[in-house]
Amino acid sequence: MIPLQPPRRLIDVEIDGEAVRVPEGATLLDACATAGKDIPTLCHGDTLTPKNACRVCVVEVEGARTLAPACSRKAEAGMKVATGTERARHSRKVVLELLASSTDLSTTPRAKEWMAEYGADPARFGEDAATVEQPPKVDNDLYVRDYGKCILCYKCVDACGEQWQNSFAISVAGRGFDATISTEWDAALTDSACVYCGNCVEVCPTGALSFKTEFDMRAEGTWDEDRQSETTTICSYCGVGCNLTLHVQDNKIVKVTSPHDNPVTHGNLCVKGRFGYGYV
Amino acid sequence: MSYDRLTHPLVREDGVLREATWDEALDRAAEGFRRAVERHGPDTFAMLSCARSTNEMNYIGQKFTRVVMGTNNVDSCNRTCHAPSVAGLSAVFGSGGGTSSYQEVEDTDVIVMWGSAARNAHPIFFHHVLKGIHKGARMFAVDPRRTGTAQWADRWLGLNVGTDIPLAHAVAREIIHAGLHNKAFIERATAGFEEFAASVEPWTLTAAEQVTGVPAEAIKELAHAYARADRAQLCWTLGITEHHNATDNVRALINLSLLTGHVGRYGSGLSPLRGQNNVQGGGDMGAIPNRLPGFQDILDPTVRRRFESAWNIGIQPKYGLNLTQMLEAMAEGEVTTCYLIGENPVQSEADSLACVKRLSMLDHLVVQDIFLTKTAQMADVVLPASAAWCESDGTFTNSERRVQRVRKALDPPGEARDDIWIMCELARRLGHDWHYDGAEEVWNELRALSPAHAGMTYQRLADLQGIQWPCPSEDSVEPPYLHGRLWESDPVKRGTPAPFAVLRHSPPVDLLDEEYPLRLTTGRRLDSYNTGVQSSGFASPLRRGETIELCPEDASRLGLAAGEEVRITSRRGSVVAPVFIDPALRPGLVFMTMHFPDEVDTNALTIEATCPIAGTAEFKAAAVRVEKLVAVG
Repeated sequence: MIPLQPPRRLIDVEIDGEAVRVPEGATLLDACATAGKDIPTLCHGDTLTPKNACRVCVVEVEGARTLAPACSRKAEAGMKVATGTERARHSRKVVLELLASSTDLSTTPRAKEWMAEYGADPARFGEDAATVEQPPKVDNDLYVRDYGKCILCYKCVDACGEQWQNSFAISVAGRGFDATISTEWDAALTDSACVYCGNCVEVCPTGALSFKTEFDMRAEGTWDEDRQSETTTICSYCGVGCNLTLHVQDNKIVKVTSPHDNPVTHGNLCVKGRFGYGYV
Repeated sequence: MSYDRLTHPLVREDGVLREATWDEALDRAAEGFRRAVERHGPDTFAMLSCARSTNEMNYIGQKFTRVVMGTNNVDSCNRTCHAPSVAGLSAVFGSGGGTSSYQEVEDTDVIVMWGSAARNAHPIFFHHVLKGIHKGARMFAVDPRRTGTAQWADRWLGLNVGTDIPLAHAVAREIIHAGLHNKAFIERATAGFEEFAASVEPWTLTAAEQVTGVPAEAIKELAHAYARADRAQLCWTLGITEHHNATDNVRALINLSLLTGHVGRYGSGLSPLRGQNNVQGGGDMGAIPNRLPGFQDILDPTVRRRFESAWNIGIQPKYGLNLTQMLEAMAEGEVTTCYLIGENPVQSEADSLACVKRLSMLDHLVVQDIFLTKTAQMADVVLPASAAWCESDGTFTNSERRVQRVRKALDPPGEARDDIWIMCELARRLGHDWHYDGAEEVWNELRALSPAHAGMTYQRLADLQGIQWPCPSEDSVEPPYLHGRLWESDPVKRGTPAPFAVLRHSPPVDLLDEEYPLRLTTGRRLDSYNTGVQSSGFASPLRRGETIELCPEDASRLGLAAGEEVRITSRRGSVVAPVFIDPALRPGLVFMTMHFPDEVDTNALTIEATCPIAGTAEFKAAAVRVEKLVAVG
């Protein structure tokens, strides 16, 4: 007696000349993935509603005046999409240059690879290019906010807000280049509505938000993902049964995440599951 | 304070615990068990199995008790929290699990959170509730405290502690009088409606308002919203079950679902939220005194025969002792030896001083744990175990009956060993040559004996990210909700009708009077957990230690300031704690946690008045007074 969702039609689109079939409601990014295209993304989150903040995923839709962000543009029947045109590649290159000239992308996965792929040269804006460089905010023992690495993708705000945690501890403050992610009145986290679930850290694409363990180990030079194993198990606290992925280096848990496609957690945890492993 | 992990076996010599080899400790542990059974029979043995450990460990634990020791005296901390939910649900539906799944809370129209601070105690379940609320569901919070859950509610019904039955009865009466009960469902799928309807008749909205403190108009609104909803979920936690009449409380809520037909359909159901990672699984595995693995009744001869032939022994055709009865039997000298796995009753039981006294009367106490807890410090033999969730393989079962894989990510410290290895070593020393080649072999033995788990291979559990029971076949997955049979039109398929319960209001045992005028209720905070042994290991910025929380009105009446240390006294004990002023409390109601027993032993105050059916103690209602430490003037 489970009511079925209304059936989803399959629609045909063309990606770089190749015909692919995706369910109605799928995005161009989904269609590109189906076609085996590797489109860079930064602000896109698999558990979040697209915010279209970074524009690094743009593709060219035939007949459209502007480039379309693949992460949020819905696929429509008969659409013809080109992913590697000069215009799309140039746009990605400039986006990467603007971000990398103003923000520290050193811990952004794949950033280096994309810069090489698109020939991005952040240095071309000169030594005086404005940056968001600032010292990391270390105001508690669980996680660190290093906003010199923040590209303002808003994913942390959405995860903390109504899309998941509903704590509303952070929001965007300021306008334009001076916009920042901030607590109420820019107070320390310990004086904010934060409940230390770490669900913002889970979705951060650049390492601007990182667990204190990772931050400290990186500072010491001991953080080494090649030596880490990832094992998914079940949390040992309450009876909800959250899935935890334990990142282990040298028989020590150094980070806890949760699978984003898990039906119990959808990638979210509470403070105990995320940080309460110190006793083992 | 934080605890260090146990890394070596310990044995007691000349009154103190010293390090020992595994052989010596195991020999000593086994010898004590053998001695007790030889002298006074198998029922002098009792096991407390671990709701924190895997299903596989619990299966082996109950098998050790029944096969090696020959008794049904096995129980777990299930008793201190949700045994009443299991007792109530299985009395009505024949199965002790919650009837719904988390996803259904997102797809329902009305959510009632009754005695459940899920926002703080079950935060990720509450994510599903929040999804439901954002999709338009109305949520009602029924709780003496204006909790984090209540802050998200459409209506908060702040009832007096221990008046859940009057409130539920008034809701039922209002539904019946408004003609909103589901007559077709009641007629086809339930029994005992007439008696039930007569029994709630005295509970008019006005009468209920006087007893519960909830405005009549709010009770009416809840009744109408719940009854008119297309789909509705009724969720509860320890606010319902930690009472002396807890099983009745559970039955009172189940009555509401029978009255309205909010059970057995997608989106309509009953969800008790379990407090420990595997308390559901521990019971499912038979680590309880009245059920064999697969929650099969020990009094059923057919069931017993199947296990007797599989295990090649006889099983006593009677229920064993539950935790509460075990503690009483220790005091009487009837239980003389105890094998206690991963439990800390000295700090988790109500009336903790009495518990210490009883454990100290044992001839032989073996504790298997990952820490040297207060309970372990009393043991004759301490066996260091691995932490189930990250140092061993197996499965846990969550509150929506989902069995999920637990995987080993770390090596245990020092000489700590896996629970199953330890129990097999003990079994071998007691004449049973047990060998299991890993947790999967244990699981497959269980699957062969439990129809509800038969279809859950490890491979399927991994592929499907867990499977909800029942799962009788390897080829299919059952619906996510239970008791769809109640809606069948064929009476044979519909099966036994679900009975209404006729219940009486019974106020908390610990009465308020002039000497003890305040009602103390206990609970959890977001960042801490139970006796704090686990959660003290990380530096939570939210932690502020134990406090006695009072409303501003009571604080000013007693002349107390925030942070001031005060003495809290009940009829059983007395503790000192600082004052925390919380406007979410109502006058006359004070709150403490049990997270910091080494600093403030809250359970020195609580009362060991227990539910006669399920054995759960009334942690939620003690009578206390709060006094200034230094007399003024």
